[in-house]
Amino acid sequence: MKGLLDPREVLTMNPEPLTSSQPAMSSTPSQGIEARHINFWFGPKQVLTDISMKIRPRHVTAIIGPSGCGKSTFIRTLNRMHEVVPSARLEGELLLDGANILELDPVMLRRRIGMVFQKAQPFPTMSIFDNVAAGLRLNGLSNRLQLEHIVEESLRRAALWDEVKDHLEKPGTALSGGQQQRLCIARALAVSPAVLLMDEPCSALDPIATAKIEELILGLKKNYTIVIVTHNMQQAARVSDETAFFLLGELIEFGDTKTIFTLPKDKKTEDYITGRFG
Amino acid sequence: MELTAYRRRLWINKLAFTATAFCAGITLSVLFFILGYVTIHGLSALNWNFFTQLPKPVGESGGGMANAIAGTFKLIFGASLVGLPIGILGGIYVAEFGKNKTGFFVRYAADIINGVPSIVMGIFAYTMVVLPMKHFSALAGAVALGIMLIPIAVRSTEEFLTLVPMSIREAGLALGLPQWKVILRIVIPTAFRGLLTGVLLDLSRVSGETAPLLFTAFGNRYWGSGWLNPISSLPVMIYTYAVSPYEDWHRQAWAAALVLLIVVLITNVGARLVMRRQVRVS
Repeated sequence: MKGLLDPREVLTMNPEPLTSSQPAMSSTPSQGIEARHINFWFGPKQVLTDISMKIRPRHVTAIIGPSGCGKSTFIRTLNRMHEVVPSARLEGELLLDGANILELDPVMLRRRIGMVFQKAQPFPTMSIFDNVAAGLRLNGLSNRLQLEHIVEESLRRAALWDEVKDHLEKPGTALSGGQQQRLCIARALAVSPAVLLMDEPCSALDPIATAKIEELILGLKKNYTIVIVTHNMQQAARVSDETAFFLLGELIEFGDTKTIFTLPKDKKTEDYITGRFG
Repeated sequence: MELTAYRRRLWINKLAFTATAFCAGITLSVLFFILGYVTIHGLSALNWNFFTQLPKPVGESGGGMANAIAGTFKLIFGASLVGLPIGILGGIYVAEFGKNKTGFFVRYAADIINGVPSIVMGIFAYTMVVLPMKHFSALAGAVALGIMLIPIAVRSTEEFLTLVPMSIREAGLALGLPQWKVILRIVIPTAFRGLLTGVLLDLSRVSGETAPLLFTAFGNRYWGSGWLNPISSLPVMIYTYAVSPYEDWHRQAWAAALVLLIVVLITNVGARLVMRRQVRVS
């Protein structure tokens, strides 16, 4: 628990939202993640083998690889979402700015490491406003003014504000697929995370919606550490600073995105990015 | 040669289709036969007095079953108080925390209790409530029906909660919400109409139970007051009146059957209507 903020403290420590001249949300200085020798099993089946990598703060790190290579599993360990599967077992060390992720309280951890999923999943009973406010409101923030500020700022950061500002009371599920995904990004941003994990956020979207999300990612990296899993190599090349290539649960190659796509060191990486398999 | 094989296949296809359609027709006609039969016999004995008057003594014709109608609702209400909280909370446990051995056993136990003949439930309530108190009571009837309600409610609650996609729970957890808040504020509201439908269907299922009431609520020719006196109910009245030797009672039994059927039907249709307006979770 050391070094961890009390949730109420996190929620009340932003005096800015009340003064409109300043930005409504201050995100905590972005943090890097380090994985050391991660091994992972679902029941008897080993899914990840000895993964070690450093994710740089305020950069976009892409994880690519064919289906079933363990890339989604890996980012789910970063905020301990793997724990919803009872048979999951993890060995190794995960550090968030030096603090051991596996010893933090998972609920607190997930407020610092947010997540966006493959399928946009707005809470069906909630309006657009309530969806974005959900994380704060369900944790006890009831100040309407403060909520309005944070909701607006989150929607702006998720590049959705202009499209929804006139009907915030409509159900979140009434939006288009691309808008729903940006709504989910806004919802994740509202709790002021430092890190944003994105698990194939565009795989269910058309090219135009995808382009919007990619543009958004490039804007968000100024304030957030972003890890994105994608099976789309062009997307990795477009949005990321660093790229990790996973194959059969192993980290084959990790480095500067340009280098990976132009001068891969490993033959397997080259085969994959040139489309020879996968 | 090939043509005959083709013809044969067509013929078998026709035969199989006819057989399934015929059996589906039988299923449907059984429902309509019962509805029609009960309506024809019941409607003639149904009048305003039936809903407002107490049963007349043997030998006098007329009278009604106001006490039994009220008693049935009272018993269902009591059974809800006993069975629904346990059943629903148990169902939440099984759906949300039951991906383990305990969950498996709870589910299994619920299915077994569900299969126990309802008269055994009656005996159980008789031993637990009637014997210690030394008299039949509405309370004992409510307990008997309530115990029957528990496993049904566990299963229906579980069924509607598992309809909520896992990804909604994950989205909540990923916001840094504790699991209990995700369940209480996100999963349950999402499944709410489904849960309500489940409850209505559960209640309509126990509302027609006769056997558990025979030696618990027993029956009463007058208004049973409070929870500690025997109380009349429609199913038991149907039973008593139907096996009696009096023509007038037979007619009243039909009327009671019709009223009970209508109550169950309304609850069922109501449940479907509630469900139709359930928030769609794509």
